[in-house]
Amino acid sequence: MKKEVSISAIKDGTVIDHIPSNATFKVIDTLDLKGIRGIISAATNLKSKKMGKKGIIKISEKYLTQDEVNKIAIIAPDASVNIIENYNVKKKLQVSIPQTIHKAIKCSNPNCITNVEKIPGKFDVLKKDPVKVRCLYCERDMDKEDIVIL
Amino acid sequence: MDFKNKDVISINDFSKEDLLHILKVARTMEGRRDTLLKGKILATLFFEPSTRTRLSFASAMEGLGGKVLGFDSAAASSFEKGETIWDTAKMVEKYCDVIVLRNPIEGSARLVAEASSKPVINAGDGANQHPTQTLLDLYTIEKVKHKLDNLHIGILGDLKYGRTVHSLTTALSHFKPVLYFIAPPALQMPQTYLDELEKKGIKFIIESNLMKVSKKLDILYVTRIQKERFPDPIEYEKYKGFYKLDTSLLSHIKKDLKIMHPLPRVDEIDRSLDETEHAVYFEQAANGIPIRKALLALVLGKAT
Ligand SMILES: [Zn+2]
Repeated sequence: MKKEVSISAIKDGTVIDHIPSNATFKVIDTLDLKGIRGIISAATNLKSKKMGKKGIIKISEKYLTQDEVNKIAIIAPDASVNIIENYNVKKKLQVSIPQTIHKAIKCSNPNCITNVEKIPGKFDVLKKDPVKVRCLYCERDMDKEDIVIL
Repeated sequence: MDFKNKDVISINDFSKEDLLHILKVARTMEGRRDTLLKGKILATLFFEPSTRTRLSFASAMEGLGGKVLGFDSAAASSFEKGETIWDTAKMVEKYCDVIVLRNPIEGSARLVAEASSKPVINAGDGANQHPTQTLLDLYTIEKVKHKLDNLHIGILGDLKYGRTVHSLTTALSHFKPVLYFIAPPALQMPQTYLDELEKKGIKFIIESNLMKVSKKLDILYVTRIQKERFPDPIEYEKYKGFYKLDTSLLSHIKKDLKIMHPLPRVDEIDRSLDETEHAVYFEQAANGIPIRKALLALVLGKAT
């Protein structure tokens, strides 16, 4: 298997690959990485055979947990997450859609309190494939095509 | 089952056992006037008018010896501009023991419940939920039919936009009914509710002509159908006759059919039906009192 040079470029930490190019910075936002100490490097508009264009994020000295990885399931469902130790892939994590989603997406109902008062949304995942969610406030259901990523 | 400090936000939060328990407590509240809730204060926050609902809650609270404070829409409009509903809830919870909220923004009741450490009862959040209406509907059905299970229930009117009929459908799905959705095609029950019924194995019939199914019904639940909802006025003319009930219906129904309506009505039920034994809509409205007494007592920990 051909390994990308960029993946092995961090010593310890997490590499998130195969992010839809335009979602790269949203992934950083969603994971709330602003406070961490290690180097974070992100690249977008990389060529990808599978996706056309993709993004990669490398986070030094931070090992994402499965729960953290699941937060990006809606915005980057096909992302591959590698935990790196001493330049080697120690563990691969699969992105999977959690039971509930906080923030990350926006309720499609303009008369929903989350939109009127601009508070972060909460959603129950009713179905995973294709994804269907219910706003915990206004109780409207959203299909995949109605889901707006923040 | 402990309802103390629980919020009453959505009918979807209640199991069948929860619903039956509330109805059971409501039966003990019939005609009750005492001091069960003495020393307790209810705050009614009505950001839009609903005089009947507000009076019903106030009557329930005062009938059990509690006190009521609050505002209606007129006062709400002079409420400090720009104050969020979160902040309002944070302030009001200090003044009272229980909050009843009506606000046209969907999901507002859930947010107030998150903000408040005191229990919150939703009295209508826009097109979303009005759980005390649904509970009093169930209570009425049980009272007039002496059971809830296996009934043939027709629901007529604007089924597409009607909050009341959506919540009622969800609640009834616990009780193995056969449901008849009677509405013109443009105002029929949304697919998402039909999907849920299918998943639960509930039998339902989609019909636009009441007369085709009227003989089968134990309960006919009528709601208002608004001309403005019709995409085409010609279609309204075609259907409006079906949705105005009068005594000509009487030869097409079971002897013990009961007709319900959440009120207020416009002209969908003719007054000539009021004096028949089929009409239970005024009794239904009165059933709001024992249901609201029961909920107030339960969430305040004064009934179990
Ligand atoms: Zn919503």
